[in-house]
Amino acid sequence: MATTQVLLEKAGTVQDRISDIGRLSQWTLMRRRFMENRLSVAGGLVLIVFYLVAIFAPFVTPYSVDALDSNSQYAAPTALHFINGHISICGVTQTLNKANFTWVYTTDCNKAYPLQFFAPGYSYHLFGIIPMNIHLFEVPKGQKFFLWGADSQGRDVFSRTIMGSRISLSIGLVGVTLSVILGSVLGTASGYFGGAIDNVIQRFIELLMSMPTLPLWAAFAAALPQDMSVVKRYFFITLILSLIGWTGLARQVRAKILAYRTLDYTMASRLAGASSWRIILTHMLPNALSHIVVVATLAVPFSILGETSLSFLGIGMLPPAVSWGVLLRDAQQLSVVESHLWLMIPALCVILAVTCFQLLGDGFRDAADPYS
Amino acid sequence: MVNYVLRRLLYMVVTLFFISIIGFFIINLVPGSALDARINQLRAQGGEVSYQEIESLKARYGLNDPIPVKYWKWVSGVVHGDFGESFTYQEPVGSLIWSRIGFSVLLSSFALIFTWVVAIPVGVYSATHRYTVPDYVITLIQFIGVAVPDFLMALILLVVASKFFHTGVGGLFSQQYQNAPWSWARVGNLLSHMWIPVIVIAASATAWTTRVMRANLLDVLNQQYVQTARAKGLREAVVIWKHAVRNALHPLIMTLGSLLPSLISGEVIVSIVLNLPTTGPLYISSLINKDMYLAITFLMALSILLVVGNLLADLLLAWVDPRIRYE
Repeated sequence: MATTQVLLEKAGTVQDRISDIGRLSQWTLMRRRFMENRLSVAGGLVLIVFYLVAIFAPFVTPYSVDALDSNSQYAAPTALHFINGHISICGVTQTLNKANFTWVYTTDCNKAYPLQFFAPGYSYHLFGIIPMNIHLFEVPKGQKFFLWGADSQGRDVFSRTIMGSRISLSIGLVGVTLSVILGSVLGTASGYFGGAIDNVIQRFIELLMSMPTLPLWAAFAAALPQDMSVVKRYFFITLILSLIGWTGLARQVRAKILAYRTLDYTMASRLAGASSWRIILTHMLPNALSHIVVVATLAVPFSILGETSLSFLGIGMLPPAVSWGVLLRDAQQLSVVESHLWLMIPALCVILAVTCFQLLGDGFRDAADPYS
Repeated sequence: MVNYVLRRLLYMVVTLFFISIIGFFIINLVPGSALDARINQLRAQGGEVSYQEIESLKARYGLNDPIPVKYWKWVSGVVHGDFGESFTYQEPVGSLIWSRIGFSVLLSSFALIFTWVVAIPVGVYSATHRYTVPDYVITLIQFIGVAVPDFLMALILLVVASKFFHTGVGGLFSQQYQNAPWSWARVGNLLSHMWIPVIVIAASATAWTTRVMRANLLDVLNQQYVQTARAKGLREAVVIWKHAVRNALHPLIMTLGSLLPSLISGEVIVSIVLNLPTTGPLYISSLINKDMYLAITFLMALSILLVVGNLLADLLLAWVDPRIRYE
């Protein structure tokens, strides 16, 4: 009985959905289809959190990225305790083990230090303009708090990972935006005009696709001078990623434009005397837009992985820039990672971000065709 | 068919020609190459021998020539089997690359075989058991498999292997076989070391191919000839494996074009993490040191691997699918 009820309800929703086509706008249908895919919505929400944290990164981080502390080399993550109704850290005393000359850390929870929220710390400029020194959380002066441990020079891995997300997450978006512009323009030209233009562009795409991606990226990136400023290097790495990444998108756009070219409404607007520009901009590209968004979303993770891989190899972003790939360079030596597992935390961030983008892209792909 | 193959071969040569131009140009973009460093070093040594060597280097590589002339000198050398000299190793490039390229080809091929051997049965199972618990588990593993970048998977595996199993997984040979001559024992040793890099390189490709295979088979299972086969009273296994899977394989061969670049890129970066004697580590270090003739040769070798792989895929597709016409 109960199952029949469920089945009937399911059939009901399908029926509703079909009758809604033509009644509701395309965007409403798309939004509804997207919301049905819970995993994609979750992926999207996680990404929103990621990007918010990246935007407010200096506020979230208790230490600046280059705050060295020779007394806390490879300090383990600080444990959080719930003492007297406050989230606190326990006092730590450092003693030298004279037998083998290593530092021994002993925690004493009788001396607890509660975390101070919205407390002053190092000064920074929010959004690059507003001078501030308030941070999400701080610990009393003299105490050290490494949520995710410290690296070889006693720098806070948590702060560095959060600040690193700015480069790693934005390079994906900016790179893909450039790819979308290149891919749409060349794909449209190729599909709309056909003939010699099409031939040249397609052969060029084939040529680019005949070179293995990572080695080609590496060759370009290695051509950048070592002493470039961080901003310049960021710009060039983005350019390299997008210069090679546009080919797939251009092919998809071309296929779409080719299909639209034979449709009646294109013919109608041409007969009405519309210029090529008008046909492309008002009739064709808006139609292809949802597909472009899908392809772009699915391309972002590859851009992120590209930057991470190049920086990991030492030819992408270089210190003093901080990105997830740069941080993972510290994790290159097995002997180091083995005893300091927290150095792998940036890797988890990469995996999480990439998974979420894939889930989001999957949801967009289903939503892009709400009539099926 | 012969005509088709010939035309594809010609096309391949033209592609490689253009790749060599682009590659040579990129690698010569920056001034300050290892060749300059070598000449400065010789100059510092002074003496008649050094002077002669500087002159011969200048003549051979056209130090002050524009890039097109340099390119011409390099290409005419390559045609005669002279790939130039590695200035950091002070050895001819030819003697440095062959064994490394061999291992790269070996690893990539094994990774491809692994991908298909695992992805096809798993994809078929996933499609025939749609919306069951195993299908969901497989889908979840696929997502993770695609999301974890190759080098991270290699790193994680290294850590896990040494922390929990107390074994090292780096390299392709045990110590005693490192420089030993080829023998069956050495081959066995190689194989026992190779499965880890092969799995790491193939992981994301396998995950992705499983998804493609599942989708393909689901499409095919909806077609009428499958229904006909069932109506004839054939056993389900025969329907699936003999009738449905065969046709679901064609798109899989078509996706080789995008599978190969990812396997080759994966091989390069995984080799660096796992410290394997393949093209990867030497290629990246030659790029960093601006050892240009070594770098361009590796870039060309990897491109040839990709282009030849694509050609073989196309020929394979033409062979298994008679519907394809060779115009």
